[in-house]
Amino acid sequence: MTMIEAIRDALDVALAQDPEVTVFGQDVGFFGGVFRCTAGLQKKHGETRCFDTPISELGIVGAAIGMASYGLKPVVEIQFADYMYPAYDQIVSEAARLRFRSAGEFTCPMVIRMPTGGGIFGAQTHSQSPEALFTHVAGLKTVVPSNPHDAKGLLLAAIADPDPVIFLEPKRIYNGPFDGHHNRPVTAWRSHPLGEVPEGPYTLPLGQAVIRREGAALTVLAYGTMVHVALAAVQEGGIDAEVIDLRTLLPLDLETITTSVRKTRRCVVLHEATLTSGFGAELAALVQAECFWHLEAPVERVTGWDTPYPHTNEWDYFPGPARVAAACHRVLEVK
Amino acid sequence: MTHTALSLRFAAPDVRPGAAPDFSQFQVPVAGEMPRPAIDATPETLRDLAFGMIRVLDDTGQAVGPWADMPDLTDDMRREGLRHMLKLRAYDARMLLAQRQQKPSFYMQHLGEEAVSCAFQRALRPGDMNFPTYRQAGLLIASGYPVKTMMCQVYGNDGDPVRGRQLPVFYSSKEHGFFSISGNLGTQYIQAVGWAMGSAIAGDDKIAAAWIGDGSTAESDFHAAMVFASTYRAPVVLNIVNNQWAISTFQGLARGGAGSFAARGHGFGIPALRVDGNDYLAVLAVARWATERARANLGPTLIEHVTYRAAGHSTSDDPSAYRPSDEDACWPLGDPVLRLKQHLIARGAWSAERHIQAEAEVMAEIAAAQRKAEAIGTLHSGRRPSPAEMFDDVYAEMPPHLRRQRQQAGF
Ligand SMILES: Cc1ncc(C[n+]2csc(CCOP(=O)(O)OP(=O)(O)O)c2C)c(N)n1
Ligand SMILES: [Mg+2]
Repeated sequence: MTMIEAIRDALDVALAQDPEVTVFGQDVGFFGGVFRCTAGLQKKHGETRCFDTPISELGIVGAAIGMASYGLKPVVEIQFADYMYPAYDQIVSEAARLRFRSAGEFTCPMVIRMPTGGGIFGAQTHSQSPEALFTHVAGLKTVVPSNPHDAKGLLLAAIADPDPVIFLEPKRIYNGPFDGHHNRPVTAWRSHPLGEVPEGPYTLPLGQAVIRREGAALTVLAYGTMVHVALAAVQEGGIDAEVIDLRTLLPLDLETITTSVRKTRRCVVLHEATLTSGFGAELAALVQAECFWHLEAPVERVTGWDTPYPHTNEWDYFPGPARVAAACHRVLEVK
Repeated sequence: MTHTALSLRFAAPDVRPGAAPDFSQFQVPVAGEMPRPAIDATPETLRDLAFGMIRVLDDTGQAVGPWADMPDLTDDMRREGLRHMLKLRAYDARMLLAQRQQKPSFYMQHLGEEAVSCAFQRALRPGDMNFPTYRQAGLLIASGYPVKTMMCQVYGNDGDPVRGRQLPVFYSSKEHGFFSISGNLGTQYIQAVGWAMGSAIAGDDKIAAAWIGDGSTAESDFHAAMVFASTYRAPVVLNIVNNQWAISTFQGLARGGAGSFAARGHGFGIPALRVDGNDYLAVLAVARWATERARANLGPTLIEHVTYRAAGHSTSDDPSAYRPSDEDACWPLGDPVLRLKQHLIARGAWSAERHIQAEAEVMAEIAAAQRKAEAIGTLHSGRRPSPAEMFDDVYAEMPPHLRRQRQQAGF
């Protein structure tokens, strides 16, 4: 199953098992979403459960907050993460703080899904990875799946969660496990073990990372598309790395991270988003605070450059396997 | 006390794929019937203009009614208008084909909407500024911007003035009054108002034109623009291009219960006109009226251009999934190119043979420009902007951390 199908499957399960779930967004109803994540859901579950909205991200999120506070569980789609900014005030000032400011009297359990990341020649308005803009906000949870199996389980967990959850979908891996080698033929999820998605409901707990590859020489922290880039980089570079897929950025599975880094004593942090004040800064700070006496080398970050996402030179921007492998070697060379 | 189980209304288009196109609910007023008020008429007296439709070209190609009264409009100018539309159409056709060959990553056409931007541009003066969406390349074509340079932007090659940074069709030209396109819908509507406010504060005589699609009027930016334009009586023309569709959603979804998009102006006290967007002369007449008002310091005008997006939203879109595939052929306002052609022939200023010849000339011109653009490069081949340039223009002066990153990137 592709990640698109897995997300659709999760939404289908949620709509079927919980009458309070609603799904809406731009082009989401009749058409089924520009990435087809909601295809067929309106037809199956009806127009009151899955519907189109006008082009207003503020409207989508603001309405979802109101609806959630009434008692429903909206799962809304922002067509591209790059277009969530009109809704940012509603997310930050309202959704994130409603529970706190009303001492639990009003809450808004809801999920905001949005495709993120580059690699599709989408330029500055279809490529951004704004996860740090969410993890920086108290009251939000942020999830980034890296494969179909996790996407379904994490999305169902996000829907069941009592607080607002930001669910970021790396669009470059919607159809296959892209490892950063843009010149090679694309591979499909069909031939990947994590493309196998169990039928029916299941959840993966938010806040649990997973070790994708065991290793002894260094720890690579990644999420989303970069998990696949990391695996390719260390494989090809013959690097004995432990690759951790964070899956949830907040809450963060610090224990899995620190256990690994204390073992390997070296750490490289990856993300596609820009470097400065990115989520990697948080990871590096936590690793140095928790593992300071175990570290043999400074923590390195491999990220997108601190520029807007370019179009023509997309692959010079994207932190691909070569840059990841080079960073790993540098960190390993520190005596 | 009675209790009613509440329910919502979910607006939907009259027909969906599989059914026959049906525009029987779409009112096509007779051409020439709408009055043409003085430019200083009060918004209250203009109310009907937001609900009817200003049309100049009738079914036989005659220009009729008060809005047809443009004595300075020579045959040459009319022929030039036709040529601009032909050029835009030919350009679209070539770029669409190039996209199928993966020379650019993406493309967006104007098919069926050529009159809107091509005609509107003729009412502007050098120095005025458009804040366009991705579907107003006619503003560039009609102002004589080189097609080859447009193609270089689409290809993101070394001839691209914006250095391969933007998505194809996101042009930018200060000289041609074409503000850099954002891609985030609606954001630039209010910026146009702000630009016009700037011109007025400086005591300048330049005006701005804002552009937005039917679907995007739902964004709050649209409302912010209306509030500011109305509050300060800014010298701006606020254009809404109602091409019936916003990707898969029909115009009724964004319009809600309002009778028209133009009617949105009324709550703000902004004069609002609804125009046949497939009628080159009507668009030109309305654009002249609105720009004259702005230049005379009478404030903003809202224009709803009623047209039809005959092609897919973009090369990533297949409209047959959400509307009847032959709907465009049934669109009651016809084809803007054919309508102006018919008008010119009716005036004795054109012929079927000259039209065929003009089409061939325009296509040859576009093909020649394309050869020149491709001699520089396309997205995947030839000369392209150096990756080092990615680090330029983030700031006026490159801060140390970017200098460091550029070095790390190997430049
Ligand atoms: C803020 C924002 N939200 C969503 C999108 C995605 N999007 C791109 S075009 C489009 C439809 C716009 O329709 P309309 O305003 O009618 O303009 P048209 O394409 O018909 O010219 C959407 C939803 C976007 N670019 N920006
Ligand atoms: Mg539209």
